[in-house]
Amino acid sequence: MLAGFQKAYEQEISVNGKEIIQQLLMNAEIAREERIPICQDTGFAVVFIELGQDVRIVGGDFYKAINDGVRKGYAEGYLRKSIVSHPLERENTGDNTPAVIHTKIVPGENLRLIVAPKGGGSENMSAVKMLKPSEGVEGLKKFIVEVVKTAGPNPCPPVVVGVGVGGTFEKAAQLSKEALLRDLGEKSKYSDIAKLEEEILEEINRLGIGPQGLGGKITALAVHIEIYPTHIASLPVAVNLNCHAARHKEAVL
Amino acid sequence: MNRINLTTPLSGDVVDNLRIGQRVSLNGIIYTGRDAAHKRLIEYIDQRKELPFDLKGQVIYYVGPSPARPGRVIGAAGPTTSGRMDLYAPKLYALGLKATIGKGRRSPDVIRAMQQHKGVYLAALGGAAALIARSIKEARVIAYPDLGPEAIYELVVEDFPAIVVNDILGRDLYDESIKLYSDS
Repeated sequence: MLAGFQKAYEQEISVNGKEIIQQLLMNAEIAREERIPICQDTGFAVVFIELGQDVRIVGGDFYKAINDGVRKGYAEGYLRKSIVSHPLERENTGDNTPAVIHTKIVPGENLRLIVAPKGGGSENMSAVKMLKPSEGVEGLKKFIVEVVKTAGPNPCPPVVVGVGVGGTFEKAAQLSKEALLRDLGEKSKYSDIAKLEEEILEEINRLGIGPQGLGGKITALAVHIEIYPTHIASLPVAVNLNCHAARHKEAVL
Repeated sequence: MNRINLTTPLSGDVVDNLRIGQRVSLNGIIYTGRDAAHKRLIEYIDQRKELPFDLKGQVIYYVGPSPARPGRVIGAAGPTTSGRMDLYAPKLYALGLKATIGKGRRSPDVIRAMQQHKGVYLAALGGAAALIARSIKEARVIAYPDLGPEAIYELVVEDFPAIVVNDILGRDLYDESIKLYSDS
């Protein structure tokens, strides 16, 4: 992420934008020194699990263990408790649980856990659309750029743009979140998609929104696209925005 | 770049003269408030109950800070997205609130309310929560502790940095900025 900021600093053309990126670098340094979060929104705890099919979990409840871990981490790390128990009644659970947990069964004997705390401000500016297959690449580009444009200064640009294309309605949304797990700027393994990522990033960075929406070139640091086969009738696309505080950490057991 | 020093509570003259794009440094007491606290403030106003603080000349900072480590004043304390408070803001400006601090766009209703009641909207640097926390010298919860991070805090700030996004003339810094750099 810091390398991303450095590159953004060099590429940014607006004085305001450069100053903001500099302040974000300073912020990261202060956060490290003082052991406080870079952003007060320490997120919804989104946990991706890759469970090796040869692993057998014995005793207790695996999901409860994850939530216990979230509870402990958020308390001991002095992180903000941002979860309400009921979306309409909105009472804070007080310990940042429950987590959102995605589980995938994979070959092997490892258990891989990826924790990706997700901030609300950028999550709120995300969107899913079911395009017509005839809208094709142009429709896809137009929608992604439109989501970033509509979000404007709200999601704390420069943003990372996670995109899921294909699958079903919910598959596209999940892919868009998985796309955010990639290291910043790591290209798609498909050359046509990697090219598309570059083209869309260029288009986004012509919008003029800039760091914090105060004008400039660097509105997005990267566009990551994940794809999946889809139905003959469908072209689902989901755009999940992440602020510049793109945090994730993984462990293999 | 030059900053304009502002001391709270803000006087009408000072606020009237602020213009979009100006950098300001806030000093004195400001109050925190985000979604849940705003909902409750408006309920109190509608029921004619006494508010936890007098709104006249005051500044509300849209923030839900992270908890302070022992011996510290506050945790991370950057701005949250202001648009979620748009529904509530016009009523508060009408009651004498002079400024709000957050990040992101305000609705046409809020911009009109600021013109009508002579208020401003300031943006703080989103995601620079550790940096901003340095300008907060004291913090205490003065209302609604049951709301956790959404409780109302009274903050004493020194040289709290912000930029004027909407002024009393109804202008919008985000609109002006994007025009300068857009080539699409």
